[in-house]
Amino acid sequence: MTDETPDRPEKRLAKGGEERRRFLRSVAVGSAVVGASLVGLLQHKLALAAPRLRPPGAIDEEAFLAACIKCGQCVQVCPIEAIELADLNDGLSNGTPYIVARDQACDFSCDATQCILACPTGALSHLIDKKEQVKMGVAALARPDACLARQGKGWKGAARGGAFDGVLRWSEVDRWKAQPVKGHAYDLELCDLCVQTCPIEDAIALEPLSADPNDKRRTPVVKSACVGCGVCEMMCPVEPVAIEVKVTTIGRDPARKSA
Amino acid sequence: MTPGFLSRTLDGLRQMLGGTPVKPTAADMTPAMVDLLAFKKTPEERKRRKEAIKAEREHDQTSNKWRWRRWASIILINGLFLASFKVDLQLIEGALTASRVVGFHFADLNSSLQLMLAHGHVVLNLVIGVTTVFLLYLIAGGRAFCSWVCPYHLLSEIAEKLHLTLAEKRLVKDHALDRRLRPVLFVIFAGLAFASGYTLFETISPVGILSRAITYGTLIGLIWVALLLAVEVLWSRRFWCRYVCPIGLTYGIAGTVAPVRILHIADNCFHEGKCRDVCLVPHVLEMTKLGYGRETETPIGPDCTRCAMCIDVCPSGALKFDVKGLSRAPEAAE
Repeated sequence: MTDETPDRPEKRLAKGGEERRRFLRSVAVGSAVVGASLVGLLQHKLALAAPRLRPPGAIDEEAFLAACIKCGQCVQVCPIEAIELADLNDGLSNGTPYIVARDQACDFSCDATQCILACPTGALSHLIDKKEQVKMGVAALARPDACLARQGKGWKGAARGGAFDGVLRWSEVDRWKAQPVKGHAYDLELCDLCVQTCPIEDAIALEPLSADPNDKRRTPVVKSACVGCGVCEMMCPVEPVAIEVKVTTIGRDPARKSA
Repeated sequence: MTPGFLSRTLDGLRQMLGGTPVKPTAADMTPAMVDLLAFKKTPEERKRRKEAIKAEREHDQTSNKWRWRRWASIILINGLFLASFKVDLQLIEGALTASRVVGFHFADLNSSLQLMLAHGHVVLNLVIGVTTVFLLYLIAGGRAFCSWVCPYHLLSEIAEKLHLTLAEKRLVKDHALDRRLRPVLFVIFAGLAFASGYTLFETISPVGILSRAITYGTLIGLIWVALLLAVEVLWSRRFWCRYVCPIGLTYGIAGTVAPVRILHIADNCFHEGKCRDVCLVPHVLEMTKLGYGRETETPIGPDCTRCAMCIDVCPSGALKFDVKGLSRAPEAAE
């Protein structure tokens, strides 16, 4: 078995049978590998059925799933670490980025679209360069009865309590750097956190619930300018949250819209 | 180009696509090789070689030089991905699917190909990233990606060690697969990307999964990687890299005529087959069998990952790194 073996004899002997078995094995392994990759289709079905917020600028969900190269560069540049990468068990295509607004919403404190600039494939559309152009979703009052403003109630203390890890930029505190939400205490006669922390102008307003001028109750009304960033969802002090972003999956792509 | 360049390249491609090496006849050999072979087959030469092998086996000369270098390269590159994110070093940002290397776009050739087929739309950044990486491996040798960058390769090497230890104790047996499987899967995954509009291979690519797990801590995906490694330990030696991974084929094609390659010097060869025993793609070392070489100095074909395990294990200096046009030593030097 050492010197100058012109051909491996053991291979020659059992050639016919071994070759057939090898072929069948290869077909089986190939089928298994292709079959495993079809889990990807299932992930996409789930991502479309129960969509999550994608980073700003994400094109329509189906195209996004095709275009995302799953490199996480958007994750790297986000100064407030709002973007996470999906793992195999997240019900999304693994490696694609998503945002859990309730935990850490995108407040555009990078002054918009660092993630878009970082995206190498255009899965986050390079046509967007202002936060007002983003269309991640639309905020909606999911639990009106829980809303403090609708009950005429105020809010004292940090928006989400002392254990919450999220950050938000208050321009009057620091123009450039987001601050811990737990470090920012409020004393509000009537809760308007969703309105006063919204980073988009004219996206949400409090409107009276009745014609009675003595009625303190107000209701948040989401306007068409809302981009769905989810800051209102993050800052809403009640549990479970009263206002939530409904994810947009179609109509996010500015190229598609103008076409 | 040197005589035989075209036939050698085409044969290398054929073998990379799963073709079996063919034993050359005298007509396929250069005159120098015919002479050398005749000399090597003389009884005195055979005897001398046998004695040399015996002497060499008494004190094992296996070196780990290239292995340490290669492992250092894999750990350094993947460590830089992690450090760029975790401590904001910003040298290599992203993952192995696409990244910025000190600000310059790099994009994995296979991921990009899948993406282009699925998405049908390419932005300039991606073109720049693909071109950069393509040029890099056009020179360095495509599958150098496999053994010098890919983190799965390192784990797979350890799995292989385990497999060989168990095989020696007859606890497991290597089940070889048909090497034509890889090109078939390459076509299937490309077709699936095009037909479904999703980059399905990325779902199971251990390279992307590992790279993201290292940098971003998405650890659940490692279950799949562990499964692949278990198959390699228990059932089929290095099956993913050898028979399955389309990334390897993509890079192999990119580096088909790479000037950086490993060279076989027939004159020094004892033909004992140590190199083929350690090689991930032993068909590329067919010329190390006595009577299978066509030239006295043969560049190893495009399926070679430049891992240099063969160089480490070769006791007679018959294999070495070579850069075409740079380290071309004339025969007179020997």
